[in-house]
Amino acid sequence: MARIGVLIEAREGEIKKTTLGALTAARQDPKGEVYALLPEPNAETCHQVLRQYGADRIVVIQTPEADLSPFPEGQAAVLAAAIDRFQLDALLGASGQAGRDLLARIASIIGAPLILDCLDIDFPSGTVRKSHFSGKTTATLRLNSRPWILGLRPNIIPERIDPRPGDIVVYEIPLHASKRLVIREVKQGSSGGPDVSEAEIIISGGRAVGSAENFRILKECASVLGAAVGASRAAVDAGFASNALQVGQTGKTVSPRLYIACGISGSVQHFAGMKTAKVIVAVNNDPDAPIFQKCDYGLLGDLFEVVPALTRALGPTQTK
Amino acid sequence: MRIYVCIKHVPDTAANIRPLGGTAFDETVKFIMNPYDEYALEQALRIRENGAGAEVVAVTVGKEVAVSTLRTALAMGADRAILVKTDAYFTDSAETGRLLHSAISRDGSPDLILTGRQSVDTEGMQIPYRLGVLFDMPVAVNVVAFSMAEGRVTVEREIEGDVREVIDMTMPCVVGAAKGLNRPRCPTLPDMMKAKKKEIRVIPQADLGFLAPVPAVELLGLQSVPDRGRGKILEGDPEKMVRELLRLLREEARVL
Repeated sequence: MARIGVLIEAREGEIKKTTLGALTAARQDPKGEVYALLPEPNAETCHQVLRQYGADRIVVIQTPEADLSPFPEGQAAVLAAAIDRFQLDALLGASGQAGRDLLARIASIIGAPLILDCLDIDFPSGTVRKSHFSGKTTATLRLNSRPWILGLRPNIIPERIDPRPGDIVVYEIPLHASKRLVIREVKQGSSGGPDVSEAEIIISGGRAVGSAENFRILKECASVLGAAVGASRAAVDAGFASNALQVGQTGKTVSPRLYIACGISGSVQHFAGMKTAKVIVAVNNDPDAPIFQKCDYGLLGDLFEVVPALTRALGPTQTK
Repeated sequence: MRIYVCIKHVPDTAANIRPLGGTAFDETVKFIMNPYDEYALEQALRIRENGAGAEVVAVTVGKEVAVSTLRTALAMGADRAILVKTDAYFTDSAETGRLLHSAISRDGSPDLILTGRQSVDTEGMQIPYRLGVLFDMPVAVNVVAFSMAEGRVTVEREIEGDVREVIDMTMPCVVGAAKGLNRPRCPTLPDMMKAKKKEIRVIPQADLGFLAPVPAVELLGLQSVPDRGRGKILEGDPEKMVRELLRLLREEARVL
């Protein structure tokens, strides 16, 4: 029987959806017993959700510091100790920006093998697949020692309900966090929308959007679509969008269920970042744009007409 | 003060990667310095130029050909360079971390270690963290703003959704650079000539004593990811196109 830990991330008291995907991935081990690790105090409603999505046990971690969130080194040390305490064979988490930071800290502390941004995990053979060369190739990797520390690409495995008892285990650890690294402040950016690397729907703009002001039409469409706004490197380098929005080889790698590329020609570097989207829609007024040769649906037309038409068609009430 | 910058020799981001069976791929494509490492190196050079009096040492783990990327680093302004020479293209990230740690420790005592947040080839995303533990230094990765004063470093780290954490760390420390940190300089021809006279020390991997362990993460194979084919193209009136698209997304693709 393998014991698989899942690193639970919550935001404003709600379990993140990408974390639930990691729980579903953990359940794919036919012989696995799934331990949900809660690094911060969470409400009973969170526990219910974890039970629903397949946690056999819920480990509630308690430390002398009430709030470890300004101390990522302390959080990692506590989770590394939990892996040892519960003799976990693996720890899974969502490979978003927050998850990958914590997973990499934990793996380094215990000297364990770490694979981030996994596309899938085969527990019986101990192999995973992940992108190499930014999505141009897929590598198959084997883990030769335990515990495995694995980060799963957000949205790559859809979460599935699979109720389990989810017995609560309280783990008290008398660890005082190191203070040599402190998160002093968290600054909200200008874009405000959901993060592209975790979004299920993304609408992206390229150089053809023409200005930062024009990105507004994408933002309006994103808000009725429940989508995040992304941008190509050309649009970011031209100053139309912030770095945080860049999708592609030197930006973020995304796997949404729907990716709508507006005025993006479709360079190798851009595709490297969004190739694993389930459905790719291209909006472009150039019939020879390379993106039409590698998408699911193409709309040959002016993005300044098509995108507002899409916003209107979806209407202001659409939330999902 | 001494700054070590860990860099990597990687295929150009525009290159197509052709797997040749097993773990081999066509290595005749153009190679460059890993783009994220350029931000790291640029930051190190700015610290030196801002009067900190630093020596900047570029370090890489790679095959003999990686020397060309070290030359680029020297042309940009690094003072000297170290190559840990491997026979294989791929090295497990944990192993790369140990090799970098060993090569740097033998060379001197770092006040600051800078590197890119990830490589664009193997995308292991863990070297800064491995170095942090091996050197017992605090680490911040995905850094887009950096300042240093009185033995402390303050960075801004990008997290999800365009949100930034402001982090204070004691020195020495490890910083993983991201796009937005700075604009890396392009070396001029005289810079490149000067770089030819700078020292590159080559250390065979075996000299660092890590030969032939089974890697904790072993690469078994590399497969190319095919692009999808030509899509269903709609044209004509925007309103009609959009209606048809929504129908297709709902009924055919079932993603809405």
